[in-house]
Amino acid sequence: MKLTKTLLATTALTVAGASAHAQDMADSMTLVSWGGAYQESQHKAYVEPYLAMNGGVTATWDESSAEAVAKLRAMNEAGNITWDLVDVVASDAMRLCDEGLAMEIDHDELLAPAPDGTPASEDFGDLIVSDCFIPQIVYSTTFGYRTDMVPAGTEPPSSVCDVFDLETYPGKRSLQKRPIDNMEWALYCDGVEKDDIYDVLSTDEGVDRALAKLGTIKDQVVWWSAGAETPQLLADGEVFMGSTFNGRLFSAIAEQDQPIGMLWDMQSFDLDGWIVPTGLSEDRLARVLDFLRFATDTQRLADQAKYISYGPARASSAPLVGQHATLGIDMAPHMPTDPANAGNIHIYDYEWWADNRDDLDAKFQAWLAQ
Amino acid sequence: MSVTTDTGPVLSADGKPLKRSLNKALRAQKLRALALIAPLLIFVLVTFIAPIADMLFRSVENQIVSNTMPRTTAELAEWDSDTSELPGDNVFEALYTDIFLAAEAKKHTRLGSRLNYEQPGVSSMFRSTGRNVDEIGEDQIKALEDLNGAWEDETFWFTLMTGGDGAEGNPSLLKQQAASLSNLTESVYPADIGFVPGQAISDLLPQTASAYTSFALFSAVDNGDVVAEEEPWAAVKLALIQDLRSGVDLSSYSGPGAAELAEAQDLATSLPPVDFKAGFIDIDEEWADAENWTTIKMYSPDFTSGYFLNAVDYQKTPDGFAPRPEDEQIYNTLFQRTLFMSLMIMGSCILLGYPIAYLLANLPMRTANLLMILVLLPFWTSLLVRTSAWKVMLQQQGVINDTLVWLGLIDEAGRLVMINNQFGTIVAMTHILLPFMILPMYSVMSTIPQTYVRAAKSLGATNWTAFWRVYFPQSVPGIGAGSILVFILAIGYYITPEIVGGTTGTFISNRIAYHISSSLNWGLAAALGSILLVAVLVLYWAYDKIVGIDNVKLG
Amino acid sequence: MADTANSDAFVEFERVQKSYDGENLVVKDLNLSMPKGEFLTMLGPSGSGKTTCLMMLAGFETATHGEIKLDGRPINNIPPHKRGIGMVFQNYALFPHMTVAENLSFPLEVRKIGKSDREAKVKRALDMVQMGSFGGRRPAQLSGGQQQRIALARALVFEPELVLMDEPLGALDKQLREHMQFEITNLAHQLGITVVYVTHDQTEALTMSDRVAVFDDGRIQQLAPPDELYESPENSFVAQFIGENNTLEGTIKEIGEDVCLVQLDDGELIDAKPVNVSKVGDRTTISIRPERVEVDTAKLGDKAHTLKAEVMEFIYMGDVFRTRLKVAGKDNFIIKTRNSADQRRLQPGEQIEIGWLPRDCRALDAV
Repeated sequence: MKLTKTLLATTALTVAGASAHAQDMADSMTLVSWGGAYQESQHKAYVEPYLAMNGGVTATWDESSAEAVAKLRAMNEAGNITWDLVDVVASDAMRLCDEGLAMEIDHDELLAPAPDGTPASEDFGDLIVSDCFIPQIVYSTTFGYRTDMVPAGTEPPSSVCDVFDLETYPGKRSLQKRPIDNMEWALYCDGVEKDDIYDVLSTDEGVDRALAKLGTIKDQVVWWSAGAETPQLLADGEVFMGSTFNGRLFSAIAEQDQPIGMLWDMQSFDLDGWIVPTGLSEDRLARVLDFLRFATDTQRLADQAKYISYGPARASSAPLVGQHATLGIDMAPHMPTDPANAGNIHIYDYEWWADNRDDLDAKFQAWLAQ
Repeated sequence: MSVTTDTGPVLSADGKPLKRSLNKALRAQKLRALALIAPLLIFVLVTFIAPIADMLFRSVENQIVSNTMPRTTAELAEWDSDTSELPGDNVFEALYTDIFLAAEAKKHTRLGSRLNYEQPGVSSMFRSTGRNVDEIGEDQIKALEDLNGAWEDETFWFTLMTGGDGAEGNPSLLKQQAASLSNLTESVYPADIGFVPGQAISDLLPQTASAYTSFALFSAVDNGDVVAEEEPWAAVKLALIQDLRSGVDLSSYSGPGAAELAEAQDLATSLPPVDFKAGFIDIDEEWADAENWTTIKMYSPDFTSGYFLNAVDYQKTPDGFAPRPEDEQIYNTLFQRTLFMSLMIMGSCILLGYPIAYLLANLPMRTANLLMILVLLPFWTSLLVRTSAWKVMLQQQGVINDTLVWLGLIDEAGRLVMINNQFGTIVAMTHILLPFMILPMYSVMSTIPQTYVRAAKSLGATNWTAFWRVYFPQSVPGIGAGSILVFILAIGYYITPEIVGGTTGTFISNRIAYHISSSLNWGLAAALGSILLVAVLVLYWAYDKIVGIDNVKLG
Repeated sequence: MADTANSDAFVEFERVQKSYDGENLVVKDLNLSMPKGEFLTMLGPSGSGKTTCLMMLAGFETATHGEIKLDGRPINNIPPHKRGIGMVFQNYALFPHMTVAENLSFPLEVRKIGKSDREAKVKRALDMVQMGSFGGRRPAQLSGGQQQRIALARALVFEPELVLMDEPLGALDKQLREHMQFEITNLAHQLGITVVYVTHDQTEALTMSDRVAVFDDGRIQQLAPPDELYESPENSFVAQFIGENNTLEGTIKEIGEDVCLVQLDDGELIDAKPVNVSKVGDRTTISIRPERVEVDTAKLGDKAHTLKAEVMEFIYMGDVFRTRLKVAGKDNFIIKTRNSADQRRLQPGEQIEIGWLPRDCRALDAV
């Protein structure tokens, strides 16, 4: 009798203790990312160490970043947010923040300072493009080409405009099936000054001009919509040149040893980072913020660069970028942020595209369908 | 015994009409039957009918404009968009209140995105305005706050607006503001938020009372704060200045803050008037563009045909409907292409599937079972894998081209383009949808006894005549069922055309997916989807008229 | 057995064999010859090879060995549609998507017969089966008997000389079946066509046919006119298969020209006509029809052998009495006696003596 009572009391205490803890911090998280090598790098660099430190916590990945805005809107309408932390590109983060679907963050309060004490907001600097956005990496969309398909006696391509030069570099190209970046490259290679690109593109004549330039290579273009397509097309020899994310090209070149070269010219810079959805319960929010503080510190961001060639978003992480986790090569020269690579870059105008995307997309799609 | 008369209804033993007794007896049965199918019925309603209804609704729904800017759209009703002159100050003043509230609720960018579908540039106009709407009347508010620190004091404001303890309240104003605000925020406002505007002050300063009430509701419910502990928005203070400038007579007012009000009125009348129009144009000069205003006015009604017009390459103009500019027309092309390619796929499924189904139905059981497994095999592999396999087969450096080059049928330079075009989509989708054609054909054919063909032959028909005059007509219901199945599946297909379709082999569904997940233009996606749904229903109806739907058999 | 290589024969099977799997013969060494105008029935239990023979004749199955001739021409390599044989199928096989008239006009159309001719022939054929007003209906709107008539009309409309019928009456009820049996034989004789008719119903076979071929185990066991088949079965199978029959097992004790003495297994002696036995000591099965058993042994004469029997059961069937006896240790010996005024009703338990004329009892091969 007495033993039973003691047992019961102990059990009750344990249960109470567990539930008290659960109220503090949820013990599971749903993280949303892009899948593939990128998600793997996040898992290795932040999630595995975090789970090792916090026994009993589980993390689930959802590969839905491509539709994050649509799905968050739908969840918000349904009043049931199932995601805890979402990896999105900067333009989506701005959109989510504007619509109140992402939580505004006090970067200095919630994120760890740099090891030397620099507050997070300074460490991230300009990359905090939205109050809701916690940057992780800088990536770029750039061109790769088949080194063995360069015509004999010709220098390999070195400029983005070689994409439009079918005489010197015959063969198919792969481009992303959207107007962003392609329109800018077309105007740039049609002789528009870099600073004037968006002014020109704001006029109907400018749009026509860009499409006309793209039209010169249209029948040689394979249009892609998933990031993995260009590396595959290059590996198969289906295309001679193609645009994709620099990390994908890096793994095709360095990890898979494909005969592919990379262009560092007019590559389109972009950011990727976390947002926290609004409307999380207190315990889930507490868990997410705890994870976020860990996952975005200087060392963790530097660690991620071991697995993928995207530049860490913190200035303080740059010196810590070391060697590839398995290949043992220095990663710094493969980062889009490396000064040697960032000689001539294109920074795309989020605001301009937010205004003109619907319109230009209709024109672009109509042009494609012709 | 039933009693019958010549004229009256047939009665049952207890004298009630027989019909009613029968209905009563049947009702229990009907109820039981209904109870049995209820789970399925509810499931179908929730997962199928309701989403479709929601989709149909979204394709015409446009309440976002009037919900987000109720005051502006009301004022805009007076404005004549043909004059190409900007709307008056009253509209801009209403716009200030609307945008201020919308920015607090973070709804202004969504409205911006909505209107941006119709007018490029509106999106950033709303975003930048939401960010900077505080700048309007900044100087006047600063002067007010400099005049007396009380105007920055939350307790003073609370007392002023309630009229102090025991003052007569004005709950109808609270109710009215809650109704208007809940359209915007979609929050539910309880009757008791710890604040009721005073009757006296709401008579005296109507704009201020309304603005403060909105603020109180928003603070208490959406922010979860205590009203009395929050300093009011700039919009409230600006409303006060506007009220005071309108020349209210404060002399009879003796409630809390009478002295401060009198002092503030002296200041307000001495200050330059708040120029809302200039303020907005300062923030974003797009507000000076009458075209933007035309768009807002055109899309003010709660329901719009805009999405449907857009879905058929038309647009709304102040003069009615007009075709969209030629370089933006795409949907008609896509609809035609979708129908054409679905028919092609259906046709090739019939051609390829018929002989296989015939074999299946006429081979001995053992062989037929093996063949059936081969037919079903594609079902057991992922759709993506199958589509990707076609990529490997059809691409220029792919298996088929390699074989043709190896055989010497084509040279290196003449490799065939078989993918990223209509051909690739038709090939891959025919392969994927083939089982849906074969199975109904097979199940119909297996019910046709061999004796019919034998009878035909014994009557003197050649093999071909026996097939064509006797066997084929009996297998038509299977072709019909398979065709409907394949066509309807094909018309809504998305993944395969996306992967192997390139630019000329994509379907309307790819644009629908784009508008659902990327451009977030759900209204347009819903309109396109509704048109597709109607197209399918029309074709189904046509099929019924021409062939007869009872000629469709799945087995 | 059937005679082979008859020069007058219209339909001939010569040493025909058929195997589906290369291991078992379904039809074993079939020889058959029938003259023009004959109504021949193939009768046998299912799996006896009768339908296979019909299908070979129609051309839907090919003979593994041997030759089939029609009007003197070998037809083994002629496809079914060129054989010009009319056929009525078990389930009628009326084309469901055509009207009755279209069904009938189908064989005429494929023979490229002109429209007016066609219409006249269809009308005549429909009238022939008393279905003149049904031309516009679909087969599904007809009753079983009506469908049967249409099937018959369709098989006859193109005036074939040979018509095959594969259990055409199997799906009809008894009364209708009897009526149709009569109509079919009438038509056949009227038109002077040759008919090969397959059935497993012996009454049908006996009532309709000029000759009946009894099939078993892939062979024709006996080919004879109905009365001969019934009264003089050549072996135990035929005796058993056709009509009701009593059998007793025994050994030949004496054998003569027209009569032999059989010792039954319980030792009793009885007379029989030797048919399938050759010498003393052969095992035999004697076969006697129930209506040929004599209860009044005084009528048989003094020299006749008789058997003791015990009455087991008496069944009153109206026109006849059916009595079950226990004879020679077997209790399923049936006798039928006419319900005449002087006929005694046997009581169960009664001990009686039975006997028969030697010519009525056939000593056949032992089973």
